[in-house]
Amino acid sequence: MTLPLTSLHAQEKGISAARQGELIHLLKQDCGSCHGLTLEGGLGPPLLPTDLSGKSPEWLRDVILDGIPDTAMPPWRPILSEDEVAWLVKSMLQGIFDGQ
Amino acid sequence: MANKHRFHFTLGVMLALLLMSGCSQLDIAPLRGTGDMGIVIERAAGNALVVETTHHTILSRVEGLGNLSHASAVFSRDERYAYVFGRDGGLSKVDILRGRLVKRVVQGGNSIGGAISQDGRLIAVSNYKPGGVKIFDAETLTMLADIPAVYGHDGERSKVVGLVDAPGQRFVFSLWDAGETWVVDMHDPANPQIRKFKDIGKFPYDGLITPDGRYYIAGLFGEDGLALLDLWNLDAGMKRILGGYGRGEQALPVYKMPHLEGWAAAGDLLFVPAVGHHEVLVIEQKTWQEVGRIAVHGQPVFVMARPDSRQIWVNFAFPDNDTVQVIDVPTQRIIKTLKPGPAVLHMEFTPRGEQVWISVRDKDLIVVYDTETFRQVTTLPADKPSGIFFTSRAHEIGL
Repeated sequence: MTLPLTSLHAQEKGISAARQGELIHLLKQDCGSCHGLTLEGGLGPPLLPTDLSGKSPEWLRDVILDGIPDTAMPPWRPILSEDEVAWLVKSMLQGIFDGQ
Repeated sequence: MANKHRFHFTLGVMLALLLMSGCSQLDIAPLRGTGDMGIVIERAAGNALVVETTHHTILSRVEGLGNLSHASAVFSRDERYAYVFGRDGGLSKVDILRGRLVKRVVQGGNSIGGAISQDGRLIAVSNYKPGGVKIFDAETLTMLADIPAVYGHDGERSKVVGLVDAPGQRFVFSLWDAGETWVVDMHDPANPQIRKFKDIGKFPYDGLITPDGRYYIAGLFGEDGLALLDLWNLDAGMKRILGGYGRGEQALPVYKMPHLEGWAAAGDLLFVPAVGHHEVLVIEQKTWQEVGRIAVHGQPVFVMARPDSRQIWVNFAFPDNDTVQVIDVPTQRIIKTLKPGPAVLHMEFTPRGEQVWISVRDKDLIVVYDTETFRQVTTLPADKPSGIFFTSRAHEIGL
């Protein structure tokens, strides 16, 4: 990955391994209810690394936190902290589901 | 004593005869019907558990059904075969008596659901990608028709939702991106007759049909309201009902799209989820007006009537999805709140409704409740269970 992740790296401090597990579970199961269990896409677009290449981590973080008006993408700010979203974005860009 | 010996001798001879006859395993297995059977989707593992509801047992596990992250199923009219529609475009035909996958075709890139025709000969699958509906021979899974959901002027294709069967050998479905509903007459499978209804509303997310097969309703995600089509009178077109049901209220973020499966009709009344609100809407079918709304625990996902229509069972979207509530139809009040466990995904009533099976994904469990006492009857282990489908669906229009 050559994407500029440094700014996001700094924010993942304080996310425990247990919480990381919960976040991955949420990504698969709850994001997955629209984007597919392996993020291959569904009602929402696919979110695999190839699909996300060219999108900035900051933009992805904002979309997750605040949603996209007039679409089915809801804001996750009531559920997730900014640090947690930053960690999720990093994981998605790296392709957490590769080989699964 | 002599009698007992004779009995054992007879039994021995019978067993020997059975073994010598070289019968297949199926022939030795006790004969049974399938009316109390069904399947449970194990969404992550890609399996279907074959279950029976009389003794609450798992009969077999059918593997290799692909990605079942959003899976549903319909049954052949002889209630022997389940057709499972997987997210990866897979259409699988499962013989529930033998507990075997009979045939599987990958017919699309990304699919959402399916239906079986009135005569049981056709299986229709709705696809997100490429957007459209494909129709297959129920026996062989050979494709008979391909109906791309093309809309607008640039040949764009829409994701298809809310596919149901309707009387008159028809299928009805809606186009998420286009805001259209299409009615397809399949009397001649090689030559589908399509009637399109445009501008039905913004982002139809699912559709359902009344048990009598007369009315098709599409729920709208992009606006507060529903779209109604009288299949006995297509010329009247589609009309909007319950426009602006959330007026004056801030809609909440929707973390899971509701479903309109299992029309929750009770007498004249229809119960549907309010998108983006912690409410179940009550509609009177004579006038198609809202006659009530019931505050519930979270955003409803499934709002399902017990087969006798005396109760409505509701589950909820993330993050309130550990709860199920029961609405008493005569009083329109919540009479029970259950906590089956984290991530309740689906509910299915036994054919006459004395029990309900509930899938609890994050507990890897099916929980069975008595619908009269609300006591837990039993539990069954299942790997990340989602949809539960019993064979009694085989004889219900729209399921």
